[in-house]
Amino acid sequence: MSADTPAVPMMAARELQGLLTNYRRTWRSSIFSSILAPLMGLVALGVSLGKIVDAGPGAHTFGTIDGRPVKYLVYLAPALLANTAMQTAIGESTYPVLGSVKWVRTYYAAVASPLSPFDVYLGQVWFVGLRILMNSAVFLGTMALFGAVHAEGPGGIGPLLALPAAVLTGLAFAAPCVAWAVSQERDTGFSLVFRFVMIPLFLFSGTFFPVSQLPAVVQPFAYATPLWHGDDLCRGLALGTATAGSVLLHAAYLSALVAVGVWYGGRTFRRRLTP
Amino acid sequence: MAQISPSPARTPAASPDEPLIKAVGLRKVFPPTKRGGEPFTAVDGIDFELYRGEVFGFLGPNGAGKSSTMRMIGCVSPITDGELTILGMDPRVDASRIKARLGVVPQEDSLDLELRVRENLLIYGRYFGLKRAEIAKRSAELLEFVQLSDRAESTVEPLSGGMKRRLTIARSLINAPEILILDEPTTGLDPQARHVVWDRLFRLKQAGTTLVLTTHYMDEAEQLCDRLVVMDKGRIAAEGSPRDLIERYSTREVLEIRFEPGSGEHEAAVAKASGLLDSGERGSIARVESLPDRVLLYSDDGEATLAAVHGSGITPLAALVRRSSLEDVFLHLTGRTLVD
Repeated sequence: MSADTPAVPMMAARELQGLLTNYRRTWRSSIFSSILAPLMGLVALGVSLGKIVDAGPGAHTFGTIDGRPVKYLVYLAPALLANTAMQTAIGESTYPVLGSVKWVRTYYAAVASPLSPFDVYLGQVWFVGLRILMNSAVFLGTMALFGAVHAEGPGGIGPLLALPAAVLTGLAFAAPCVAWAVSQERDTGFSLVFRFVMIPLFLFSGTFFPVSQLPAVVQPFAYATPLWHGDDLCRGLALGTATAGSVLLHAAYLSALVAVGVWYGGRTFRRRLTP
Repeated sequence: MAQISPSPARTPAASPDEPLIKAVGLRKVFPPTKRGGEPFTAVDGIDFELYRGEVFGFLGPNGAGKSSTMRMIGCVSPITDGELTILGMDPRVDASRIKARLGVVPQEDSLDLELRVRENLLIYGRYFGLKRAEIAKRSAELLEFVQLSDRAESTVEPLSGGMKRRLTIARSLINAPEILILDEPTTGLDPQARHVVWDRLFRLKQAGTTLVLTTHYMDEAEQLCDRLVVMDKGRIAAEGSPRDLIERYSTREVLEIRFEPGSGEHEAAVAKASGLLDSGERGSIARVESLPDRVLLYSDDGEATLAAVHGSGITPLAALVRRSSLEDVFLHLTGRTLVD
């Protein structure tokens, strides 16, 4: 790299700017739709189902804080936050990426300029990261409105720490997903990802109930999923029950996925955009 | 016409006599797309040099290797073999620096259709790290140059094909490039839109911009190119100015004659005309080319040839005498008509 060429982050920021210029057109509607789905989950499951769960014999399943059982809404909400991050990440890393390479071809315009394929990849992942941050922040605010935030943890900042945790969870999906999506010729793979990756993770990664409730043979698989790490990280921080060891383990696992995604993205973007 | 700000002063790549682009034995081989398939050689060892201020064309049918060559020059396709130097730099090492000084009009538009015309220029200018004020100033000039000033605030989607092409040309000029690369700039445009694009490209040429373009339109190459190469199957079949090539590979004029399809007259005429080859008289035929729909007779005096044809008992349904064109050169060099 020669002296008068800006460093990679500067170049990726140019791609990010382009994506933000485009996003200015649609941000209102996207915010509306991206809070609606998690909001419905919070109301239907956390509040309504939660009342029944808290009154039933399983009320102690969700752990205790200071000897009192954790309310289901409080148990569920941080994991729904992690799920929001995952769903935003996968949604923003699939169709928009394929569109940019195949339908409107704006990635090709970018690599004809001084940007490299890797700069474009990185700018796209940052953009998805921003979208995750926005949706997670909105969701966290909604949680607070519903009294789903347990602010009695150490210093009361647990819920705020859940925000970067949610972003990291989302990026663990976004970095590999953007890398993979650019290599696609058709969108058929995306619906498979939604159906056979996103939905099973949503249901079985410890969002609605502890993984220990699953049959013993499938538990190791559930613990290996990135979403379980994200769920447990967000929940532990939000409730103030996390230990330094668990935070480090989860963060390391999720960061490793980001790193693998970035390595993979450098390859797939180069192959697709500069064959 | 709008004045376009000159390129900011830059250190020249080399002395003025040095080529801006130099390719020696340039090859591009794509790996097999399927397991066990054959690799595909798109460009098979070509040499060329491009000098400042000239308009250089790559002419050839689809699949000749023109676009692959353009993409290697544009630093968006790594070379397989040979040498390529652009602005004195190696694209394998300095792709970003080279691209900062190039303008590219790709074969397929890559505009953001949902955004406004001006926003497309803004995003592209930012890719080059230009300041917003600078982009705004240049955008106004460039939109006037491509006659889109009144559409600046319109979204791109509803624009016609010709307008989108002109916007792509404006976009490619946002960084005041030293070399403008155009890959089939007028393919898919209606005749009127093509003429507008040619007019703008001609003005750029007059203003001293160095242009490299590919085309499979002979008239485009003849009108715009100072020098061109004819490519066929990944190789260069001939090189020179349009006039040179016509002189070297064709005659001054061409007589085209047509017959009733299926009447057998076509075949008979080819046989008879072959008898008039190199007769030494006025209208002597240098070459006979039989196309599916017509017979071409190459000579230096088409009218005299027509008279000789009539004299030998051939009565065509229609006859046309025209000047020789690059199409004839192409036909001669590759032995077939240009297929799109």
